Amino acid sequence: MADLKRRIARRVARELHDGDVVNLGIGLPTMVADNLPEGVSIILQSENGIMGMGGAPEKIDVDVVNAGAQYVSIKPGGQFFDSATSFAIIRGGHVDATILGALEVDKHGNLSNWIVPGKMVPGMGGAMDLVVGARKVIVAMMHTQKGKHKILNECRLPYTAVNCVDLIITEMGVIRVTEDGLVLEELHPDYSLEDIKAATECELLISPDLKPMLD
Amino acid sequence: MKNKVTTAKEAVKNIKDGATIMVGGFMACGTPEILIDALVEKNVRDLTIICNDAGVPGRGVGKLLSNGQIKTLIASHVGLNPEVAQRMNTEKAEDKLECILIPQGTLAEKIRAGGAGLGGFLTPTGVGTIVAEGKQVINIHGREYLLEEPIRAEFALIRGSVTDTFGNTIYNGTTQTFNPMMATAADTVIVGACQVVEVGALDPNHVRTSGIFVDAVVGGEEPWQI
Repeated sequence: MADLKRRIARRVARELHDGDVVNLGIGLPTMVADNLPEGVSIILQSENGIMGMGGAPEKIDVDVVNAGAQYVSIKPGGQFFDSATSFAIIRGGHVDATILGALEVDKHGNLSNWIVPGKMVPGMGGAMDLVVGARKVIVAMMHTQKGKHKILNECRLPYTAVNCVDLIITEMGVIRVTEDGLVLEELHPDYSLEDIKAATECELLISPDLKPMLD
Repeated sequence: MKNKVTTAKEAVKNIKDGATIMVGGFMACGTPEILIDALVEKNVRDLTIICNDAGVPGRGVGKLLSNGQIKTLIASHVGLNPEVAQRMNTEKAEDKLECILIPQGTLAEKIRAGGAGLGGFLTPTGVGTIVAEGKQVINIHGREYLLEEPIRAEFALIRGSVTDTFGNTIYNGTTQTFNPMMATAADTVIVGACQVVEVGALDPNHVRTSGIFVDAVVGGEEPWQI
């Protein structure tokens, strides 16, 4: 499982460009920062008020934490700001990419990842603003949840936002959201087309340029 | 300039049962614990708390929650405090918590609007979701936006890293969060400060919250620690 998640993180990292401003969701997305290709350096934004966030600090500054309340560092040239400025950055289209997990995503690019009514009501935090405001929205997740479909015809859980997802990257492949539906652009060699179709509720269109997904 | 330094007990003396209170901070980083502690001691009940989150048990507004003082919590994320779900689902009416969830950027901007004299703002966040229920959708140049209204409170509890006796405040690191907006959006603004200095000691280039917004300054706030 850890290897599969690293595969997803490495593939997501290849979508990023040198100098991109990026917001990473909790969990798997945080692994992206440690798997960037040679020569690509990104600027991490944290919604609690950091631009240029670094990793775990050598020397702790008790006033510097990430959105999960863990001590972090700030890189040279970084800045701190308040929450209104942070979300002006996010909503205003100044974040190049946001990478986050999903409970469900559907063929229209609708995303559900903040609530399971009656079971789990954590709140949306900054997710609704991020997926509406970021220039590119990448869902990074395991293809199914214990064998249950997560890539659906229509999301069944309440939406985080509609028509917001650009790319879905799983351990099985890379799927682009288009006006015609979901297009499989890369398939990992461990799986057949039948495997990935069976693991996906909605129809997958196959790109004429279908490529193998690299580890 | 007026010296506004007082004790925590004195600063919160006008906060009564049923009050509406904004509390700065993000996962309790940037929350004035010294003022929260004074509210716990005072044991005022049925509070409406406006805060980014529910803190964690034993920290930030989590202390008020554990003590059963919050009736309504207006926040963006409550998932890291398991007590929220317990209190939302309890059968005991007196412990029942109402939780109103608002997207984080919308919450920050509602508070900013409340302090800035604005009648509201238009945001694309929440369009097509349950957040849009009951709200006006307005189309501007072909894109849909929700009309979000401003929010204000009777009190705001702010955490300053360094504050002068007039209330001018500097925030270090990620302690800013909602503090600068909340300081503009409440009738009475109380700063809990790690360090209190004389007027004139702060570099005006670094002051983030003007003392004109502040009604009381309380020293003795401890450095934040996980």
